[in-house]
Amino acid sequence: MSRHSSLEFREDIRKMPYRTAQIRLVASHPEVYEPCDDSFLLVDALLSDQANLLHHQPRVCVEVGCGSGYVITSLALILGKQESGGVYYMATDINPHAVSVARETLNAHGIDADLVITDVASGLDKRLEKLVDVMVVNPPYVPTPEEEVGCDGITASWAGGEDGRSVIDKILPVADKLLSDRGWLYMVTLTANNPSEICLQMRRKGYASRIVLQRSTEDGQGSMIGSLLSQFPRFPFLTHGDSKKN
Amino acid sequence: MRLLTHNMLSSNIKGVTNGFPLALEVTKLVTKPVDFNPDFLKNMLLKVEWKALVEASRAMGYAELPEQTEPSMVESEEFLRKFHHALLELHLEEGSLVCPQTGRKFPVCKGIPNMLLHEDEV
Repeated sequence: MSRHSSLEFREDIRKMPYRTAQIRLVASHPEVYEPCDDSFLLVDALLSDQANLLHHQPRVCVEVGCGSGYVITSLALILGKQESGGVYYMATDINPHAVSVARETLNAHGIDADLVITDVASGLDKRLEKLVDVMVVNPPYVPTPEEEVGCDGITASWAGGEDGRSVIDKILPVADKLLSDRGWLYMVTLTANNPSEICLQMRRKGYASRIVLQRSTEDGQGSMIGSLLSQFPRFPFLTHGDSKKN
Repeated sequence: MRLLTHNMLSSNIKGVTNGFPLALEVTKLVTKPVDFNPDFLKNMLLKVEWKALVEASRAMGYAELPEQTEPSMVESEEFLRKFHHALLELHLEEGSLVCPQTGRKFPVCKGIPNMLLHEDEV
């Protein structure tokens, strides 16, 4: 059930002309999830949204579950050096080995970011409330027995419990709390996670959503989806439409 | 770990109501120069708990920050440079963060705080 990497996929992505974030993996650990299809999907989603991100001018960017640090490093490179020192990057992971690897990855690319070993954003949720402009999450989404969720080591990086939703359902209210009034959440899901239900749930809390990127999974059984959930003020026409319907 | 991040952390132990700010125990600190960005600092000044930053910077051996801020201070480059140094250039490399209510220590190793809780603290 683990999420294996596909070399072909990596080759494909290397050829993509718009790829600006070439991340060198400078460290690895047997208990740390290496960047795979889903990481690439998330980074490609961010890349394809680069113009919007630059226009958005986020001040505070947080990644929950950073693993090797591939995504947060890419996000920092995508937002670019012209805003040098202008963005506060912070990333968390429950796996201490992952955070050490992420440290190496960030250092190797000259990105100033702080890392915290914690479960989702525990210990940060009070003070970071309504401060986060961009949150990125590649959650553990693989449907597994519930007891595998949050295990030690690499299992925590993919074990998602029933429908792969256990950790996602824990992250969504945290995201809702931390995101600023103009906050955006980029998240990877599988078809099996019922992303339309996730969007509906977040819509009730005032978030618009759109699929940024969608790709078939290796087994061909479904899709991996990179979605953007954003606070409604970005899409005033949607708020109006919605209130009329209700 | 920069003091900016210290300013965002609270004790997350179950039942703790006054978990902010965490006290600093400094075993090793490092200073890393970063680019000065006044706009970023002005923005962050609105988000930072000032008193916690003043105390944390003192624990790190830097006593240059004023006790209180006034809106006019953002026009002073001298003030912003001090704020910049305290917020972004001082790193707690080794030490601990201490819960103000329980005294529980959260270790900081290689600049990374570990906020994971024991089973009886969740």
